[in-house]
Amino acid sequence: MSAFSFGGSADTRVQNGSGMLLRYTFRRLLMLIPVSISISVVIFMIVHLLPGDPIDNLIRVGSSPEARERLATKYGLDRPLITQYFVWMGNMFRGDFGQAIVLRRPVSDLIMQNLPFSLTLGGLAFAFSSVVGMTLGTISAVVRNPILERFVRGFILLGSTVPGFWLALLLILLFSVTLGWLPVSGAKTWSALVLPVLTIGFGGIALVARVTRVALIDVRHEDFVTLLHAKGLSRSAILFRHLLPHALVPVVTILALRIGWILGGAVTAEFVFGRPGLGSLLIRALGQRDFPVIQGSMLMLALAVMLGTLIGDILQAAMDPRIREASK
Amino acid sequence: MKARAFDALDRLGIGRAFSSSLGLVSGGFLVILIAVALTAPWITPFDYAAQQLGNSNAPPGWPHLLGTDEFGRDVLSRVIFGARTSLSVSATAIGISVTVGMTLGAAAGYIGGMFERAVMTVVDLTWSFPDILLALIFVAIIGPGLTSTMFAIAIAYLAQFTRLTRAQIVRLKRETFIEATVNLGAKPGHILIRHLLPNAIAPVIVAAMLAVGDGIILEATLGFFGLGAQPPTPSWGAMMSSGTAQLFLAPWVIIFPGLVVAMTVIAVNLFGDELIRALDIRDRLRGT
Repeated sequence: MSAFSFGGSADTRVQNGSGMLLRYTFRRLLMLIPVSISISVVIFMIVHLLPGDPIDNLIRVGSSPEARERLATKYGLDRPLITQYFVWMGNMFRGDFGQAIVLRRPVSDLIMQNLPFSLTLGGLAFAFSSVVGMTLGTISAVVRNPILERFVRGFILLGSTVPGFWLALLLILLFSVTLGWLPVSGAKTWSALVLPVLTIGFGGIALVARVTRVALIDVRHEDFVTLLHAKGLSRSAILFRHLLPHALVPVVTILALRIGWILGGAVTAEFVFGRPGLGSLLIRALGQRDFPVIQGSMLMLALAVMLGTLIGDILQAAMDPRIREASK
Repeated sequence: MKARAFDALDRLGIGRAFSSSLGLVSGGFLVILIAVALTAPWITPFDYAAQQLGNSNAPPGWPHLLGTDEFGRDVLSRVIFGARTSLSVSATAIGISVTVGMTLGAAAGYIGGMFERAVMTVVDLTWSFPDILLALIFVAIIGPGLTSTMFAIAIAYLAQFTRLTRAQIVRLKRETFIEATVNLGAKPGHILIRHLLPNAIAPVIVAAMLAVGDGIILEATLGFFGLGAQPPTPSWGAMMSSGTAQLFLAPWVIIFPGLVVAMTVIAVNLFGDELIRALDIRDRLRGT
């Protein structure tokens, strides 16, 4: 972003940069292999670390000996652990996550049924925290008012310290019980999404506001901004056309890197508001010790975290040449 | 001996952290909370487990200052005993995490090479995962309860202490006074324990304090999911979990424990900030 970027040499530099970025992306994808293997091993081992025969953890109590036999053959439970792992992973890749013990249905059905709800909630929370957080962050960077700054600081502190589930309960008390504006739970109407999105978004807003603020203050004195002023552009034009797009990248990056935190928030929100979703599926399964469901939903959540971190890392590298250099 | 204790406190910046008004309020709150947790059996107005079914869901007032829950148990007494559970679980877990993390981090930073890379790869693996997901994996293996909560918190924050200690050691290793000690013929163990670790400890202690706050939230969340403390153990999260069924009838069962959790974590963060300022270690905490 220095004055050099206006010079003629910029083109070659950009090309080198994108070449390096490609290499970084490739390296980063390679790194995913050991990470995903380790995670899948941990999730696979859950049933084997428990006391007792793993088959007891995978099947209903009182199942017929034939059913047990079938399951044992399917997972190869009499074969060495390493073979079992590969059989298990092979099944996962084919979309066969096993049979839920309590709900008596294929786990993949349960996941496909719950996934859309989680995606809607997570996506909306993502958008909500970006928009509100960027607005707050911009206001606090542009309007330099000590009282406002205190307010934003206080908000950031609250956003990272108030437990999500408690906030959710307070929101229910206020909007559903006292005011009666919004439904307490369920997922039948769009209005049922308002409180869960608020719950997850609250911590995100604080984070985004802080990142936006820092990004805007950092670039304010860059040469290209001075140039824009010299060109006679109005302050608002500079802000909306040049500075904010600039701040968008760090915001998206930090949110992608924190995707786990959005998922964590979603787990809580789904549980409190009684919404279907991967999180509530997992929590319920943990309570019922329904291991095929636990394994399946955990694998999906882990996959989401890995993808989010991957996107965040690549975006960060695209922004920051030092990271690309370091990975050479 | 007494002078030495004060000296140690001063070196940890405790005195200076208390000197600002924010530090005094937040630090004072934490001191009172710890005192309340320690003296819980003597100061609670009622037996935390005593049920009075005729007096269930009573609103705050006299003699039940914060009201009663669905079984007519005194909310204030349960909040006070909950402080015991939450603080001790979180502090013990972070204690384990700091001990293991500092050992791993110091060894990785000091030995370097393949060992360092292996340790950091494993640690970074847990770092990228949200604490709640790591905690749930533990609950799945060990089963619901305070033991798995404790392990979950310890594992969730292990990466932070390992990385922080390693960064300190790597930075200190290049300092002249360490070089001088090496040249004087000091043994590696002596250098590590007498010179490197004492100089690396301040940021770790502050980070540990902040982590205790996060641990309290995690403990409360697991308790709320019904996967942490099991009845009749009083815990802030578990209280709110059973309170959700009476959300309309007795909101105080949820409001007060949550308020105490929020206030505690806010106080931990504010006091932590004051400590960081007093010790002037903001840069050292950031460099991980």
